[in-house]
Amino acid sequence: MSVSKLTLKRDRFEAKTKQFRTKIKFDQWKGWVYLAPCIALLLVFTGWPIVNTLAMAFQNGYDTMEWISGIDFTIGIDNFLKVISYSGFKDCLFNTILLCVITVPISTILALLIAVCLNSIKFLSRFLQTIYFLPYVTNSIAIGMVFAAMFNMVGTAFGGQNELIQSAGIINNILGIFGVEPINWINEGSGYWENIFVMSFYIIWNALPFKILILLGGLQSVNKQYYDAAKIDSTPKWRVFTKITVPLLSPMIAYVVITGFIGGFKEYSSIVGIFGDDMGPTGDPRRLNTMVGYIYNFIDERQGQASAAALILFGIIFIVTMINLYVSKKKTHF
Amino acid sequence: MKVVLQNLTKIFPSRNKKAGGEVVAVNDFTFEIPDGKLVGLLGPSGCGKSTTLYMISGLQKPTGGKIFFGEDDVTELSAENRGVGLVFQNYALYPHMTVKQNILFPLENLRGEDRLTKEEMLERAIYAAKLVQIDDLMERKPSELSGGQQQRVAIARALVKMPRVLLLDEPLSNLDARLRLQTREEIRRIQKETGITTIFVTHDQEEAMSISDMIVVMKLGVVQQIGKPQEVYDNPTNLFVAKFLGTPPINVFDGEVKDGKLYIGGAAVLDVPGADDQEVVVGIRPEGFVLDENGPLVCNLKNVEVMGRDVSIVSGHDSSLSPIVRSIIDADNKVAVGTETVSFTLKSHKVFIFNKETEERIYFEV
Repeated sequence: MSVSKLTLKRDRFEAKTKQFRTKIKFDQWKGWVYLAPCIALLLVFTGWPIVNTLAMAFQNGYDTMEWISGIDFTIGIDNFLKVISYSGFKDCLFNTILLCVITVPISTILALLIAVCLNSIKFLSRFLQTIYFLPYVTNSIAIGMVFAAMFNMVGTAFGGQNELIQSAGIINNILGIFGVEPINWINEGSGYWENIFVMSFYIIWNALPFKILILLGGLQSVNKQYYDAAKIDSTPKWRVFTKITVPLLSPMIAYVVITGFIGGFKEYSSIVGIFGDDMGPTGDPRRLNTMVGYIYNFIDERQGQASAAALILFGIIFIVTMINLYVSKKKTHF
Repeated sequence: MKVVLQNLTKIFPSRNKKAGGEVVAVNDFTFEIPDGKLVGLLGPSGCGKSTTLYMISGLQKPTGGKIFFGEDDVTELSAENRGVGLVFQNYALYPHMTVKQNILFPLENLRGEDRLTKEEMLERAIYAAKLVQIDDLMERKPSELSGGQQQRVAIARALVKMPRVLLLDEPLSNLDARLRLQTREEIRRIQKETGITTIFVTHDQEEAMSISDMIVVMKLGVVQQIGKPQEVYDNPTNLFVAKFLGTPPINVFDGEVKDGKLYIGGAAVLDVPGADDQEVVVGIRPEGFVLDENGPLVCNLKNVEVMGRDVSIVSGHDSSLSPIVRSIIDADNKVAVGTETVSFTLKSHKVFIFNKETEERIYFEV
């Protein structure tokens, strides 16, 4: 090959790479334009608040002197110390963790069983899939109000001639059939564990659809041959479930548990739904307050402490998620 | 354990009821598989061979007919209770279990009297693993094994519970050519050692011919011929079987029988006493040609391929139904280079004639 031919080849090569480069640049530029509205909104409503939360949480005395302009705050952890020493905070933390620990395992196991059942039903499967998904698309405050009515000890209704009569909620009525005295679930003077029972019941019910959706999707992607192989090996049904279905679903189960814990630590609107924004039964406000409830309580007047509480919550969720990931890495197989 | 299939039929209902057209996957299959034999179900894809296998395993229910294991009617028995071993085409090894756990799994399912102690289970698993020579891979996961190793694990898993019948679904299709040769010998050896009645499905005639005691050739759900591989090869009952068996494939010509002689392209190539006068399809095995300068079958020489032991002559003929006629002769014979034509006489036992319409074999006295 002569020298001139070589140069020609090189020139052509360079021209091509140049073309390619400009193409990339142009595509990048286009990409940024398409993303701009989304990025702008994210920066304003997510990015800036996070930065601001960090700043407020670490400024000592922010809550009392915020209104004085031009003041230089000292940087420190006063806000965190105040949050931790506040007596209500421990209750909030306890309530939050308690609800998480109760609801996440139960709802995961229930969702798994329901998903396996749904997967094996051919008849009406579309209809059932719509039904089980309803809680997911229904407003949680509205569901909470319905649950509040269901667990009422004495509700009110109008009888003939607009006479006010008293009637118990449906749960107490059902219990009544079995001769159980009406239980004060959520009304004035109700016990703490009754409240927790109702909350857990509601949260589990509300958490099912998403989990079922994920697990059902996982089930449908499992190779049917494993089940044929299990049949040939005369595997009992329960062993098929524990030895084949659950291990093969383990990545989805891990995902559901992790998101379940993250959601559980942010529990708030479900409690408002049932108890109102007092976060507790009449006469004992804030008994069922949670971490997020705590943050909301302070957000108007003591933003520094609210920010600190938010960061503490973030820290907890972060640690729990890390533990979850670590465990699931050891237990899942793919 | 002999396996008896009696008028076995499987009809798949059509998916679209309006369009109609149910599929008869297996049609009236009757066959007795003798105890301890290796039987190959052979046919092109869609011929119903896998469906037959799955009906024997119990994973699919026959539409009609009966299946017996020995004297027991197992037609209504579910797969769980048949006690068969099945090796799936894709092996279906449990991906989350080690090789050892995979092999132990069927044993751990045994209940009641059959339940073994932990030590016995392990002993049996190791025995099965040794049989297929994977006893050094026991702690690996299936994803850490090669295709051939996975295949062996699948066989070990099927064998470990001492099945009444061992079924293999396209056992070699996922292996490379070398491994395929090796593995089919392994299957033969394992079957001989264990003496378990084994049925396997394949679309590869060479595979079936090389290791089976008997082969069953199927086409569109209908059994075409059953017999020992060599018998079926030497004596096909119809054109389909003749074409399906043999590499290189049989050469097919248009021909005519007149006055006890077989004519191809106007030349009388062979005496066929006993065959009636009619137009026929002629099948000639590649090894049925003999080089002869004065031979009656004259072909246009295209190419000569020397393959050591044999010489493969590629030629053409106007009456041939395929573009090339391939004949295999001893390397001792010299083919004159530069000639345009090549002439053959035919070995009469390598020539089959078939009815032009029904494609059924027309027999003549050899």
